[in-house]
Amino acid sequence: MKNQAFRLIFVLLVFRTTLLAQSGGMVSIQGSRYIPLYGRDSTVVEVRDFDMDVYPVTNAEYVDFVKKYPKWQKSNVIKLFADDSYLANWKNDLELKNSEKPNSPVTYVSWFAAKDYCECEGKRLPTVDEWEYAAMADETTKDARVKPSYNEQILAWYEAPRSNENTIGKHPENVWGVHDLHGLVWEWTLDFNSVLITGESRKDVDKDSNLFCGSAAVNATDLMNYAAFMRYAIRGSLKAKYSMKNLGFRCVKDKNEL
Amino acid sequence: MKGLKNILMVLSVVLAFQSCNFNKKSTVSSAEVYQCPMQCEGDKTYEKPGSCPVCNMAMQAIEKPSEKKSDDGISETSIFNLTSAWHTEEDEAIQLEDLKGKTLVMVMIYTSCKAACPRLVADMRHIEEQIPKENIKDLNFVLVSIDPKTDTPERLKAFAKENLMDGDQWTFLQGTESGVREFANVLAMKYKQISPIDFSHSNIISVFNPKGELIHQQEGLGVDNKETVAVILNLTTK
Repeated sequence: MKNQAFRLIFVLLVFRTTLLAQSGGMVSIQGSRYIPLYGRDSTVVEVRDFDMDVYPVTNAEYVDFVKKYPKWQKSNVIKLFADDSYLANWKNDLELKNSEKPNSPVTYVSWFAAKDYCECEGKRLPTVDEWEYAAMADETTKDARVKPSYNEQILAWYEAPRSNENTIGKHPENVWGVHDLHGLVWEWTLDFNSVLITGESRKDVDKDSNLFCGSAAVNATDLMNYAAFMRYAIRGSLKAKYSMKNLGFRCVKDKNEL
Repeated sequence: MKGLKNILMVLSVVLAFQSCNFNKKSTVSSAEVYQCPMQCEGDKTYEKPGSCPVCNMAMQAIEKPSEKKSDDGISETSIFNLTSAWHTEEDEAIQLEDLKGKTLVMVMIYTSCKAACPRLVADMRHIEEQIPKENIKDLNFVLVSIDPKTDTPERLKAFAKENLMDGDQWTFLQGTESGVREFANVLAMKYKQISPIDFSHSNIISVFNPKGELIHQQEGLGVDNKETVAVILNLTTK
């Protein structure tokens, strides 16, 4: 009987570690309603509670991933899922070039790769609304978009060259405890293709859209938020198989599922 | 006691193997082959090392040109590499690969759409009308819903009947939210739910060859579909 109890405790311990490992490096983001730069009709969107990775996925973590899932190695990846620049800063299938740092954010990854990475971890990519929600916080406030200093800081980063070569965690954490949403790399979002503001959208997108090139600027809720304009513009111009030098990702997880 | 042990064993095995689906279709055959360094016999290669029968030089090992084609002939750019699960309007569970063998004309719509979709659907019908009967049997017109929550197989079936698109050449697909998002990304199609019942979306009709490779895309509403029809005819006429 004692033996049995011991076994049970042992198993529980094992389970616990897996659980912790899965949610390791994530912080809880408390959802709310907010007005993103481009929302739905009603402009207010609701974000539910979710967990978010504290840091973007690093080169070292991605090395582990491709070791486990060879189909995402540079020479194996199929053209449907990634363009030619996929992992362009890698020496071979399993190693980075010597100039790259293991704890820099991984870049040159396609949306398909990023999505699969998160799913293999039991997570998913954040939606645009979730990402923007977490990213509108600064060190002290949940919605820092009204502060001039918030915008200035982000724009200063957009001007800084080669920030993707820096390492994670150098920027102070925001009020949620998340690092590097700004200041390092752009990040993939699950529904980046919901941004209909490409030049292309003028001709082929439903005319009723309030996300039109011209009308987009008029309908955007905050004309001063240049940084957000840039992010939406980037998303609007991406295709899922693109791999870019300054585009990485991080994962999130829905609450209340173990 | 024994029973508990067994259960625990099973649980730990399940945990250990817990990982996401693995796409087997993209394994590379990187076996080495041998070739004469002077290429006396052109591109000819041998399975075993030896000397060249023409110039007698020792053959060199070269890497087989990396063929990422899978055993069943799906190429790298084929949409049949997607492993997402779908339901047809007849409530059959399928994968995209099950559509292999016919030329595919695909469009993404949602049935509660009042603005662009009826015209997109009309465009599809208009294309279909221009294809001679004997080519139709090699064609599959596929309408994929971007609103998988609302567009159940029953609803898609009703929509098909209503629009006189219930023939064998028409297929309607309901996917999962993530499967639809992925498929849209393959087509470089953008969409966004702008209210509980409405979506904003790009209007693209895509033509795939029977191997699932994208051949042609027509963008816009009510545009001249001559080119699209020509591509389809070219693909279906042997």
